[in-house]
Amino acid sequence: MEFLSYLINGISMGSIYAIIALGYTMVYGIAKMLNFAHGDVIMVGGYVSFYATSYATAQLLGEDPSAMAVGMATLVSVLLAMLVCTVLGVIIEGLAYRPLRQAGSLAVLITAIGVSYFLQNAAQLLFGANPKNFTPVVGGQLTFFDGQLRISYVALLTVVACVVIMVGLTVFTGQSKMGKAMRACSEDKGAAQLMGINVNRTISMTFAIGSALAAIAGVLLCSYSPVLKPTTGSMPGIKAFTAAVFGGIGSIPGAFLGGLLLGIIEAIAQAYISTQLSNAILFAVLIVVLLVKPSGLLGKYVPEKV
Amino acid sequence: MSKPKRPETKLVPVPSVNKVPERDVNKSPILECRNLGIDFGGLTAVNEFNMAIGRTEIAGLIGPNGAGKTTVFNMLTKVYQPTRGTILLDGIDTHNMTTVQVNRAGIARTFQNIRLFDNLSVEDNVKIGMHNHIRYSAASSIFRLPGYWKGERLAHESALELLHIFDMEDLADAKAGSLPYGAQRRLEIVRALATNPSLLLLDEPAAGMNPSETADLMENIVKIRDTFQIAILLIEHDMNLVMGICEGICVLNFGQIIAKGTPSEIQNNPEVIKAYLGDQKEV
Repeated sequence: MEFLSYLINGISMGSIYAIIALGYTMVYGIAKMLNFAHGDVIMVGGYVSFYATSYATAQLLGEDPSAMAVGMATLVSVLLAMLVCTVLGVIIEGLAYRPLRQAGSLAVLITAIGVSYFLQNAAQLLFGANPKNFTPVVGGQLTFFDGQLRISYVALLTVVACVVIMVGLTVFTGQSKMGKAMRACSEDKGAAQLMGINVNRTISMTFAIGSALAAIAGVLLCSYSPVLKPTTGSMPGIKAFTAAVFGGIGSIPGAFLGGLLLGIIEAIAQAYISTQLSNAILFAVLIVVLLVKPSGLLGKYVPEKV
Repeated sequence: MSKPKRPETKLVPVPSVNKVPERDVNKSPILECRNLGIDFGGLTAVNEFNMAIGRTEIAGLIGPNGAGKTTVFNMLTKVYQPTRGTILLDGIDTHNMTTVQVNRAGIARTFQNIRLFDNLSVEDNVKIGMHNHIRYSAASSIFRLPGYWKGERLAHESALELLHIFDMEDLADAKAGSLPYGAQRRLEIVRALATNPSLLLLDEPAAGMNPSETADLMENIVKIRDTFQIAILLIEHDMNLVMGICEGICVLNFGQIIAKGTPSEIQNNPEVIKAYLGDQKEV
């Protein structure tokens, strides 16, 4: 029973990693760059949702709001967070990464790290360094076996959201016109351009989708561990990046699988081995996987063209 | 699928520009290059390139390796920005256009080294070419609104129609990367046609094909011109193909045009023979 609850914990945490990893993997797959600022977009999403909910609670909802009104306020705050993050993602791409399209990948990587610190420090300046106490988007839990097994609604919501997003993205990239344009850009930007595809717009679109996902991940993450501070996004961001590499970066099902496995390994390691060592164990597993399968679990091995 | 109306332009005759075929004489040329040139650092890759192509002409661009033929294609498609000169596409100066805009204005091309989207299906490769003609919003694709199904159905039908030119409908679901070489070359032409061009640039379409495949290709190039009423400019080393279907030929050597004319004129031009075979010494 204990094991089951750890497992469920791991799956729901893993789902959050998976949603973040989907953002990493899409941007990497199409723009061929690592957007290390992705984790901090999560934090921004969390803050936007936090302030929107606080404002609604303080100003709009009365003394004793109905469940319906609270639900609506939460939904609107999540949508607002998605909107702000989408715009932020497109702005970051346009200002910081687009001018470097022809530059080496190292220059882009360093810029991404710079953007990451910029966002963290800007958040500290705007929102203060003191942690905020985030109210989970949904409260309550299901209990089984006389209270021995508890599953919070947040955990359920996270898993459902993750599956829906994964399926939606797979269908979108596989069957829609924009999705196909993204795959074309991922394979050969020059040829795509000569076929009339606007590569810059396609990459912006990718950032928009990735950042909207980051906002959802931010809200879920803060509902899960309700402490919100400017560095909230950085560790989950790095772990989700690990998850994306673990599953095979560039692959959507890979990011999903990698995220879930990472969450489960982390939860089991924390429960049975050591809380302090859980991260070390996580990264050790990553190293082993990459030694055996350098392209990740579901990644494709791409031979270097000579 | 209709293209935006273009302003009528008066054709200003340029003496150095070649003749276009008889039937296209009274129409303005689809493409006109005037004194086109490009330098890479100190190296002049192409210089004083003048050429006009009639609306339904099949024209050839030939020359020894390194003569600058593909560079001309890259300038026409704005992969490279020309250093000098003007490109008039249907009378419109493409100076400020990007690659994407030139494509939308009507130039499509294939590549010397095949550049298909290998991991996409044959049909999807063609649909990428149609990208700008398929009209439905992102929202209708996510929520599967009628607009999505209609757009996709139209795209599917026209993709199969285009693939039919080369009898490739059966391969629609195959991965482009898994096709045999000749079929990949043909798919590149179909994908370029899908962008609805008025000028099709073919970069060595017969490279690596056997004689019977080349003969089929020649027939198909003429068929494409007749069906779509477009102009075709091709780079090719296979002289049977060039002399067989091109109406006007332009010979480049070291970035300079050394001869222009009909196939028979080119075949007997001493400059061309010299460029291809070297200087003949009197014995």
